[in-house]
Parts: sequence; C-alpha cells; structure tokens
Amino acid sequence: MEREVLLQATHLVKEFPAKGHKRVHAVSDIDLTVYAGETLALVGESGCGKSTLGRTLINLIPATSGTVKFEGVELTALSRRAFEPYRRQMQLIFQDPYASLDPRMTVRDIVAEPLETHRICQTREETTRRVVELLEAVGIQKEFMGRYPHQFSGGQRQRIGVARAVALRPKLIVCDEPVSALDVSVQSQILNLLKDLQGEFNLTYLFISHDLSVVRFMADRVAVMFLGRLCEVGDTELIYKRPLHPYTRFLLDAIPKADPRLKDEEKQLLQGEIPSPIDPPAGCRFHTRCPYATNWCRSEVPQLRELDGRQVACHMAGEI
Amino acid sequence: MDELTLKIEHLCSGFFTERGYVPAVDDVSLEIPKGKIVGIVGESGCGKSMIARSVMGLLKYPGRITGGSIQLAGKELVGLKDRQMQAIRGCDMAMIFQEPMTSLNPVQPVGKQMREALLLHKSVDKKAARDEVLRMMEQVGISEPEKRYVSYPHQLSGGLRQRIMIAMAMICKPKLLIADEPTTALDVTIEAQILQLIRNLSRQTGMSVLIISHNLGVIAEMCDSVYVMYAGKIVEQADALTLFDQRSHPYTSGLMASVIDLEAPVAERLPAIGGVVPNLLHLPAGCAFAPRCSRASERCKTERPELRELAPGHLCRCFEGGNA
Ligand SMILES: Nc1ncnc2c1ncn2[C@@H]1O[C@H](COP(=O)(O)OP(=O)(O)O)[C@@H](O)[C@H]1O
Ligand SMILES: Nc1ncnc2c1ncn2[C@@H]1O[C@H](COP(=O)(O)OP(=O)(O)O)[C@@H](O)[C@H]1O
Ligand SMILES: [Mg+2]
Ligand SMILES: [Mg+2]
Repeated sequence: MEREVLLQATHLVKEFPAKGHKRVHAVSDIDLTVYAGETLALVGESGCGKSTLGRTLINLIPATSGTVKFEGVELTALSRRAFEPYRRQMQLIFQDPYASLDPRMTVRDIVAEPLETHRICQTREETTRRVVELLEAVGIQKEFMGRYPHQFSGGQRQRIGVARAVALRPKLIVCDEPVSALDVSVQSQILNLLKDLQGEFNLTYLFISHDLSVVRFMADRVAVMFLGRLCEVGDTELIYKRPLHPYTRFLLDAIPKADPRLKDEEKQLLQGEIPSPIDPPAGCRFHTRCPYATNWCRSEVPQLRELDGRQVACHMAGEI
Repeated sequence: MDELTLKIEHLCSGFFTERGYVPAVDDVSLEIPKGKIVGIVGESGCGKSMIARSVMGLLKYPGRITGGSIQLAGKELVGLKDRQMQAIRGCDMAMIFQEPMTSLNPVQPVGKQMREALLLHKSVDKKAARDEVLRMMEQVGISEPEKRYVSYPHQLSGGLRQRIMIAMAMICKPKLLIADEPTTALDVTIEAQILQLIRNLSRQTGMSVLIISHNLGVIAEMCDSVYVMYAGKIVEQADALTLFDQRSHPYTSGLMASVIDLEAPVAERLPAIGGVVPNLLHLPAGCAFAPRCSRASERCKTERPELRELAPGHLCRCFEGGNA
C-alpha cells in the first residue's frame, strides 16, 4: 500500500550557539518522513534533541539547514506570511499542562483563543458553541468553562491543552511528552483520549516520549534518537521485537519490568553517560558507550540504511 | 523471627493547616527486616514522602507526627529531641532524594561535603576521612574519584550527582537507606545503573533499604516486599511475588493494569482508573477508594474497611479482598 507523505525532512540540521563560539549540535542531518494518519514516535534520552526536532519540523523554530516539506510544500523556504496558512495545520501539545495554560484566562477563553485568532467563527455565540463541542470531545463538562486552570487537576489541564490543540482541526499534532508529568492512572486516560481523537479528527501525531512503554501503546512507527541523530526507524512491533541498533537494544533492556520474577536476571547495562552535544564524538555518536564499536565506527558516521524491514544507522547492525 | 531494622507501628502524621488537619499518613505500620529491600508504591500525594520524612525526623511545621511509633534497630525515634535525631540521621540511617541538588551544597566541592559528613559522626582524622571518601566514591562506581572529589555539584551530570548522593548517604555505613524516588528524574539507562548500584550495596553491606516509587517496574526489580498506599493509608501489603501474582485490592489491580506490557499484544485501549484522588481534607465516609472503584458496594461507601490478613504476610484493606 502506498502511504501518503504528510511531512518530510531532508538533511535537517538545528544548531544553537554555545559559549566560546561553539555550537550545540541538537539535531544533525536528519532524514525523516511522517505519513498521513500515522503516529510516529520520537524516543531517546533527555537532551538527545527530540523537542528541538519536533519544533523544527513544524517550523516553530527555524532550521539551521536542510528542508522540511509539508504536503509537498517546502516550509523552510516560505516567508513568515506565506507560512501563516500552514501554521494552523500543525499544533503542539506540551508536557507541562501547568505551564502551558495562561493562569489568568478562563477555560473558555483558552480554547477560544486560536478560533478567534484565525477568525474561524462569525459570532461570539458560535465560538462558544465550538468551545463546548471541543471540551465535550476531551471529556470536560461545559459547566466548567468559566473556571481557571488552577481549579483543575493535572489530567484535566492536559485535556484542556488537547482541546486547544485540536480547535483549528490541524492535520499534524506534535505531542511533546504529553503524559510524562501525570500519574499512571491518569496517563492511561489521556493516552486513550489521544487515540480516540486521532480517529475522530483524522490526526497525524508526532509523539515525543522518553517512555518506551507508552510509545509501544501509541505509535505505529518509532524513530530512536541518540545525541541529535537517528539510530533506527521502523514499525514499532518489529523494532521492539527485533531491535538491530545496539542503542535501541540497551534502551529496551533498561526499562524496569513490572515482573518480580525477572528481578535476578542480570541485565547488560549501558555504561557511562551521554556525551555532550557541544563536542559530539566523531563517527557514530554512540561509539563511546557502545560495546561493539570498531575503528570504522569511531571514524565514519553511519547513515540510515534499509535492513530487515526497517532503517538503521549502524555499521555493525546485522552482525552483532 | 528476622531481626528488624525498621519497625513502624500505627504511624500518623499530617499537616495542621488553616482549613483543618490533613491526615497525610494514617495508621501506617511497616517492617523492614535486616538486609531487605522494602518498597512503598502509590500515586503522587498518597503520603509516601511523608512516611520517609517522619522516619528521618525531617517534618517541618505545620507537619507533625501525631501518633504511633518508629523504631530503628529497636530504638524508639518518636519523641527524640532534634539533637538526638541529628546524631542518628546520616549515621544510622540516611536518605536520598529524587533531586540530588536539593541536598548537596552548591558552593562546596562534593568530596569535601562527604568528608565533613563523615567527620561529623565518626572520630577519624582528616586524612583517613579523605581516603574513606575516595574509597566510597569508587564503590559507587565513580570513575576518577580524585578528580570528582574537587568537583562542584553543578559540574556533574544527573547520574553522577545521584551517585555522589548515594556515596554520601553510605559514608557512615547506615543500617537503613531511604530512597525517595531515586531515579524518577533520570534517563532509563542511567536509572538501571543506579538501581543496580543500590541493590548491590544492600547485598554487600547487609543494609536495609526503603524504596519509594510510583513506578511498579522499579518496585518489581528492587523489592522483597511491597506496601501499596492510597490516600494516606496502606491498602495492600505482601512479598513482591505475592503482590504481583495475587493482588487483591482493586486499586493495586488498577495500578498494575495501567502498566503497559512490552511483550503482550497491544490493546486498543488502556485500562484506566477513572476519577481522581480524593482531597485529604474531605475524605469520603467509607473506603477512600470507593468513588473510583468499579466494584464498590453500598457498604464500601459508608464503612471504612480495616486491613485484613488474606494469607500470612498478605494484607488487604477491602471488604471484598481476596477476589480481585
Ligand atoms: N534554545 C536553546 N539554546 C541552546 N541549546 C538548546 C536550546 N534548546 C535546546 N538546546 C540543547 O539542545 C539539545 C537538545 O535539546 P532538546 O531538543 O530539548 O532534547 P530532548 O527534548 O530530547 O530532551 C540539548 O543539549 C539542549 O540543551
Ligand atoms: N505543607 C503542606 N500542607 C498541607 N498539606 C500538605 C503539605 N505538604 C504536603 N501536603 C499533603 O500531604 C500529602 C502527602 O504528600 P507526600 O507525602 O509528599 O506524597 P507523595 O510523596 O506520595 O507524593 C499530599 O496529599 C499533600 O497534598
Ligand atoms: Mg524535550
Ligand atoms: Mg513524594
């Protein structure tokens, strides 16, 4: 089946200035395709560039180099004005439902704001009607419309954030660690909600998370990142069952399993710490932590290549 | 009978606020045998940290212990003066936190901080103290201890800071280590390293550990026995295998159901516990979990269940207990 491409990044680079004329290599030479209607997860440890990649992909922050195409249109080449109509097609849901909602606005106004900015409705009544529908869709009673964010629990606030994000009927939503700040029981409620809305609103998700369990539930495909580069990209089930990149294997292995019978199994642990993105290692960026690293890995950057039904960026993949 | 490192009986502690008394810990009893790792699991606000702070004598106004007993290796801690608690803290028992920065001094090199902790409790000279600190840094897996000795906390990564915290907690060879969400702020590969470290230290030194976590994976990997908390109360307790295999309280079942299995087929929807945690100032008349419990009966809404023993060592606070 031919899948329809929604978003496509080619050689995407994002660097930030750092002290002493150095640069933070947050996102380095990334090629990534997002298909319409899918959930693609970005996983990796903190600081590996997930949020930066997510924001660069939807042109919320400008790329240093490389291109992003949305439905075939090169966003990175558009002027601010020309980009305006695309902005509403791509929304962001944040991790922290506390910080992302304006504490001085009522819930009605928070959800109405994007509708008003983009002049979606003709009258105030119509806007309110839309807000009620949206709140209903995310499970917030309309009686609560006049309340302020602090009067809601974390889970409810995240629901309000979701209502705001879908208000403009975007095609793509970048969910940046949307449940990381929530307790497990509430986490499940929000994940279920996001799945329901995907069907209802025809959404494509770029789902950013450091939690591989959550990703397994949410994502059709997964892209594993390490220090600004992609390690492995492919169908979630395949990658969880047969990871080929050593980093993916270590990540999956490290997750504490809720089964006391596995307690005495000695895990093979990844040693050492994540190197700095200011001076990333030459060659494969993972080589300083990788037990299989060869001289080849230390000198030449491995490119993503097709292997066993997925893409993997490792010289040794398939042989280890 | 095993020798008990920690024995908590009927502990009550809470906050005296303008709006009334907040019963954060309500009638909690808990035992940690020597050399064992015991866990407390529950969602945020259920009172886990409050137990830890009560044991450590770290409650601050308006929080206070209002009843019960805490014995460390047979010695009663409730009612001790601050000075007496200070002598025990960091010596016979020590605590590590989620965020190591809160308990490290930002303007002092970490080695010096550890040396001073040692000098405070043990009569050794400075040279011997320094050697002991370096040895301890090595034991917790810090490479180049001489170099790290003179580092300031902000110069270290999150994982290294947590190792320093553990080294500092271990420096006087405590009988009890309390670890309150020790890996919640860490990445999963670093988390695995730290958990393994705590486990090995307990095995090597016979130290008892109280580990607090909201993560059932962490609990399963670490604990010999487990206490499940909800709204200030223990709702179920058992050895780890029994708890995971024969969970009886609907809340325990709900928590376990929300854990996403990495191997089982992916479900269309996740089982979720509906509703929210009750406000401790306005607890329901009956079981605190009843408003969220799909199996609650009329009795559950009006009467508070006691902890009942389902099998030796397996206790559950539910009228229905035993058939979840
Ligand atoms: N505005 C910025 N200025 C400088 N450095 C930044 C900025 N935003 C992110 N970074 C750096 O870029 C790297 C990637 O960050 P981020 O994308 O937030 O990672 P993640 O979301 O995976 O945790 C980190 O080293 C971070 O410190
Ligand atoms: N200063 C305070 N005044 C009143 N209530 C408090 C105060 N600090 C904490 N609490 C309440 O005590 C309860 C227990 O908190 P805590 O032990 O920190 O929970 P946990 O560690 O399980 O997340 C919470 O419900 C919290 O709201
Ligand atoms: Mg991020
Ligand atoms: Mg706590």
